[in-house]
Amino acid sequence: MAHTYTPGLRVASRTVVRKRRVLPIPGQVLVEKGRPVTATTVIAQTDLPGKVHTVNVVNLLGIAPEEIRRYMLKRERDPVRAGEPVAENRPFIKWLKTQVPSPITGTVESVSEVTGQVFLREPPKPLSLLAYLDGHVVEVFPEQGASVETECSLVQGIFGIGGEAVGTVAMAVEDPADVLTPERITDTHRGTILVGGSLVGRDGLTRARQVGLSALVVGGVHDPDLRSLLGRDLGVAITGDERVGFTLIMTEGFGRIAMAKRTFDLLASKAGRRASCSGATQIRAGVVRPEVIIPLGESSPFTVDGSQKDAAAVGTGLKIGDQVRIIREPFFGRIGTIVALPAEPRLLPTESRVRVLEAELGDGERISVPRANVELLET
Amino acid sequence: MIASTSGEMRAILATDCGSTTTKAILIERVRGEYRQTFRGEAPTTVEAPFEDVTRGVLNAIQEVEELSGRTILEGEKILTPADEGRGVDLYVSTSSAGGGLQMVVGGVVMAMTAESAQRCALGAGAIVMDVLASNDGRAGHEKIERIRHLRPDMILLSGGTDGGTVSHVVELAEYIRAADPKPRLGGGYRLPLIFAGNRDARGRVEEILGDRTALVMTENIRPVLERENLVPARTKIHDLFLEHVMAQAPGYAVLIGWTGAPIMPTPAAVGLIMEKAARQQGLSLLGVDIGGATTDVFSVVDGQFTRTVSANLGMSYSISNVLVEAGLEQIQRWVPVALDEQDLRDRIKNKMIRPTTIPQTQESLALEQAVAREALRLAFEQHRMLAVGLKGVQQERTIGDVFEQEETGKSLIDLYRIDLIIGSGGILSHAPRRVQSMMMLIDAYQPLGLTRLAVDSIFMMPHLGVLSQVNERAATEVFLKDCLVPLGSCLAAEGEGEPGEPCFAYSLRFPDGRREEGQLRFGQLLRLDLTPGAEADLEAEPSKGFDLGSGRGSAVAAKAAGGVVGLILDARGRPLRLLDDPTARAAQLRAWSAAVDLYPINSIP
Repeated sequence: MAHTYTPGLRVASRTVVRKRRVLPIPGQVLVEKGRPVTATTVIAQTDLPGKVHTVNVVNLLGIAPEEIRRYMLKRERDPVRAGEPVAENRPFIKWLKTQVPSPITGTVESVSEVTGQVFLREPPKPLSLLAYLDGHVVEVFPEQGASVETECSLVQGIFGIGGEAVGTVAMAVEDPADVLTPERITDTHRGTILVGGSLVGRDGLTRARQVGLSALVVGGVHDPDLRSLLGRDLGVAITGDERVGFTLIMTEGFGRIAMAKRTFDLLASKAGRRASCSGATQIRAGVVRPEVIIPLGESSPFTVDGSQKDAAAVGTGLKIGDQVRIIREPFFGRIGTIVALPAEPRLLPTESRVRVLEAELGDGERISVPRANVELLET
Repeated sequence: MIASTSGEMRAILATDCGSTTTKAILIERVRGEYRQTFRGEAPTTVEAPFEDVTRGVLNAIQEVEELSGRTILEGEKILTPADEGRGVDLYVSTSSAGGGLQMVVGGVVMAMTAESAQRCALGAGAIVMDVLASNDGRAGHEKIERIRHLRPDMILLSGGTDGGTVSHVVELAEYIRAADPKPRLGGGYRLPLIFAGNRDARGRVEEILGDRTALVMTENIRPVLERENLVPARTKIHDLFLEHVMAQAPGYAVLIGWTGAPIMPTPAAVGLIMEKAARQQGLSLLGVDIGGATTDVFSVVDGQFTRTVSANLGMSYSISNVLVEAGLEQIQRWVPVALDEQDLRDRIKNKMIRPTTIPQTQESLALEQAVAREALRLAFEQHRMLAVGLKGVQQERTIGDVFEQEETGKSLIDLYRIDLIIGSGGILSHAPRRVQSMMMLIDAYQPLGLTRLAVDSIFMMPHLGVLSQVNERAATEVFLKDCLVPLGSCLAAEGEGEPGEPCFAYSLRFPDGRREEGQLRFGQLLRLDLTPGAEADLEAEPSKGFDLGSGRGSAVAAKAAGGVVGLILDARGRPLRLLDDPTARAAQLRAWSAAVDLYPINSIP
């Protein structure tokens, strides 16, 4: 294949993000094309069907399934309250009467003359779909939802947990290599999207929850600390539904890894700005990465040139002079500049023969790394 | 449709559209026999921004064109028939893109019809998302809630022998109706549902599900308790996979028009070639395909084929789940260096989030191979639970059976009777040393007696499986000549003893007349050269407490097949136990490594 390196995550000072927002089942769309929205605007709503409960009436009354309708007090589509009888028998002696109460408040969905079961459905639950971004509606999908677009700065992380969140960007450290210690997270950070440096430990994560951060963006987390936060070990990299009190976005990976300077500087330049973010990650097919989206609003200091540069940096191959981050031991997390791209595969210490690149690290050391083990840093 | 039926095929093109990569191979007739000659690959393009599988297929074919010099494409059309230097006679393809075929199955009794339905769906190449049964321990509303949340590609509903229970089957149908599940690939079509249960329940099932699903009726998969009848339902699964699932996936409607045989789910094709090869060679075999996300295990024992898939055991996307399921200690036990928990966990998680990276150091390689041993072991355990005889079967007994109570549902996997183990997947096919692949398989499966081992050279089993439907000769010729790399044989003793205690004595006569004999003590491992294609006469006599296949202390004689690794004599005992003390265990692992030349000397600190 032409490119064996891992394409870098997007870090763009100015770009356009469009999000397709659709309901899980058909409903009502509340916005029209061209309308400005904020992240918390409800753009569509629907009623999710309620849970279904079953009651085996024939077993409870000791009757045959085909007789069930004779004993039913309620019919299909009738409303019922919890505890209200849905069926009863008719014994000769009245005080021997048995009634079957409904376990829920809802409606009778169906009655089976084969199995003797009665299906009861809870009332529907309303679901509101938010815009997620400050922007405007660019496309409407009747009964489904809409696409919302915004001109923004964008930072993609490598891995996250927790769902969508909105807050103001705040910086907790001065340098991307700093560790985010608990004392750096203060009560003034409540509701913010707080940016740390290279690492946040177990105590820092606990503090983030106590303070009530909206989200935390940091270079890395040690896996045992993430496990402690989640209360379980994460097996498969499909996230977004976790409920830990805040959204966590790791920009670099597991372990202590300085946040890429470009990412850090961009976020620092946005301190005080309102942003939307999501921790949802899916590494398999249909890759989803966590993200921080900071709409530019009207007072953007960036020029259109920046946008073109960002677009050009995405998807190009490796070339001499490019900056890369090494994403595997023994040089994990180090940043270097490509000085050679030998065409022929080289022998690794593992005895595998693969295509490599040669890079010069910050301290002048020259190393050879498999091309699969680097990430292009977009400059 | 690209298929030429006139005379012998000269060139065949096959692709496998995987989740991440589309792999194309070219098979040509070379001096009267079929050989795999060139291979190309390109990223799969089912997802955005392309959303058209044919882009990736064309890119992979272009790579084959560049490497072979053969013109295969004219624009976006595959040239046919084959001529000198251009075109192919047949094009076939498999697919697991977009997560493969995902199914929910149901039956009345978990250990009977539900288990048969599970075997049927797995055998058809599906990932089984859930197994519903009247006695699965969940209340009705829990079943309904579960069905509601799953978005399968299709449902297989069985239950009841013909003439047996109707009400329990109808109950399951009612749960499905109440849940009203939606198909995974969008709401534009109705969810396919195959009913393969009690034929007396068909009318009721039609009434309940006919207006909610794309309902298809087929023969009962368990017409009587004593017999499984999986083929008709499996065929229906393949038909619906093409008609409904594939037709919804981006670009597949076009791809279906190019192929000369129906597109098969990748694991179904792998199973098919293994089944055919086992039948042709008269072997009982065990096969594994360990991928990034899933591990498939196949067995063909006495002609009975079983496939299982461990959906979350793999070497990249699912590597962290291997850690979760196996536990840290089980992985650490295979690593000959001390890694602290935080470091090991961080490394495994980083592989999960950056799945395309490769080990650069021996230490890193050893860790990945340690995880692979556990993934293979766990997937095999799951396979053994499903590769069983039919449960609930009445057994005819004579007075002679009184003292031999044999339970129903007995495992079909008797490791003494497995002739061949085939490994496939990146970690096995691309290990820097072939002996590493062989030892991963031996450590994970712990074969007993004499067993041959092989690996798939470049993962072409899917291609050959789908090809075998159209041209079995070409498929099996390539399978034996180019696909399988013979690793060699392993002779292993069952039993446990004290270190240093005699385990078995052996004597070998090589094809050149050379003889070699010796004795292995408990805990020892020995590797002897025996080249591919060569066979040696092997005689071995175990000590009293050990068994090589003929009973404890009884001698065995067999022909040992060679391979690129040779012959491994394994006196480490079964079950294989590693020492508890970390320092002693590291020394034990180093000694075994040195005995078989597993890693370069002194490469691991």
